[in-house]
Amino acid sequence: MLNTSPVLEFKSSTFFAPILILFKNDIAAIELALQEKVNLAPEFFKDSPLIIDLRELNKQNLDLDFIQIAGVLRNIGFFPVGIRGGNEQQNKQASSLFIPIDTAREQTNAGTTGEAQKPENTKPALSQPETTVIKELINPASAPPIYAAATLVTQPIRSGQRIYATGDLIIMSQVSAGAEIMAEGNIHVYNTLRGRALAGVHGNTDARIFCFDLQAELISIAGDYKTSEDLNKQIYKKPVQIYLQNHALIIKEIA
Amino acid sequence: MARIIVVTSGKGGVGKTTTSAAIAMGLAKKGHKTVVIDFDVGLRNLDLILGCERRVVYDFINVINGEASINQALIRDKNCNQLYILPASQTRDKDALTQEGVGKVLEELSKEFDYIVCDSPAGIEKGANLALYFADDAFVVTNPEISSVRDSDRMLGILSSKSRRAERNEEPIKEYLLLTRYDSDRVKSGEMLGLDDVQEILSLELLGIIPESKSVLSASNAGIPVILNEKSEAGQAYADVVARYLGEKLPHRFIDGKQGFLRRLFGGRK
Repeated sequence: MLNTSPVLEFKSSTFFAPILILFKNDIAAIELALQEKVNLAPEFFKDSPLIIDLRELNKQNLDLDFIQIAGVLRNIGFFPVGIRGGNEQQNKQASSLFIPIDTAREQTNAGTTGEAQKPENTKPALSQPETTVIKELINPASAPPIYAAATLVTQPIRSGQRIYATGDLIIMSQVSAGAEIMAEGNIHVYNTLRGRALAGVHGNTDARIFCFDLQAELISIAGDYKTSEDLNKQIYKKPVQIYLQNHALIIKEIA
Repeated sequence: MARIIVVTSGKGGVGKTTTSAAIAMGLAKKGHKTVVIDFDVGLRNLDLILGCERRVVYDFINVINGEASINQALIRDKNCNQLYILPASQTRDKDALTQEGVGKVLEELSKEFDYIVCDSPAGIEKGANLALYFADDAFVVTNPEISSVRDSDRMLGILSSKSRRAERNEEPIKEYLLLTRYDSDRVKSGEMLGLDDVQEILSLELLGIIPESKSVLSASNAGIPVILNEKSEAGQAYADVVARYLGEKLPHRFIDGKQGFLRRLFGGRK
């Protein structure tokens, strides 16, 4: 593996960072309130990254100098790593401080698959990004996680074991009969699936199940399920993808 | 430091105790100082299979409770002076086992022995869990039938999640498959699962196939581990298992049933 040591590598990963939502533009009051919080758990907040959310302020048309608030936060010991819901002026100020701007809309609930249709009018009126390039660059590191990272399992999932993934679940080994795999996102099984597989368990109807060899006891997407008895013989032991269409589970062989 | 082997299956009656006695004897015969521990508290059997039931004074639970020292409880085997047995208590139940107590006993035995074979009780309750908790290697004993395979699969899940190695995030327990009571005629006639069917579900390193053999029952009744019967196919199969475990490369036998006279004469398959 180390024969050709690469200079760098890109990895997709999810970070958790606290978001500071401001309701007032009184910087002195903000500083005081923050200092109180920090005093409660100084170690916890020390050098903590922070995303500043200005949506509430801008809803109330309360202006705030971003450079000033960023300075205050640094003094207290936080590292501002992102801004969201800022107005044009604030976004410009953030850019000048090399602080990324999150342009993600409020409720992006679409699944990770399929073309999620987003009508124009759901966009918030405020702060449409003029800097899409920055958005692409900052997304993995500083945006609050909209989709949890995928979970990768290389060990076989034995009878009686349960795996739950908050995002996508990718399994390289077989899933035995009597095992249960669940994901809020999609499920991929690059081997034989004999147990139960439940994708989109929080109601994501766009979630899909993919597997190399379908022998599942039960498959479910967003609560709609089929047991092995209901599975068509033609797709049994075949590589398939499973998705929802009008509340019907569609099982299609992957040619 | 001793290597700790758990002989386990989930299902009862598949041959865990027979296997434990055979491989412990096999390891000892190869010159490794070995102790075999009966974890089936309340259903003590290992001492019968090893023919030492009339010499049991103290047991595993006495040692855990500090009522006897390990040396007082260990019974030396009649046939092989490298083999010791730590019998289970017949008058107690599994609740008498504690993780701390078992850990202490194993730690102490580790200093003296090369191999510690833990004969697990059936089930997935306390006795079975404690038998596997400290293991380095697991011999998963499976019969070629669907419920035994399912239970073994379940046990493999427990091995990979509830052992000390799993809890400490160490290298996982090395799992081996032992297919016992294998009847190649019934496999051919489709009455019994074949090796391939079992491996499709379990996909483990196969340590050996033990053919169904009358010699197993007579060995149990006589209290002499079947591995000492060199004429019996089951005995030979167990000897192969021990050799393979110790690193020898041997072709698998007994998959296709009895070898014909001519084939044996000319070296058989491979």
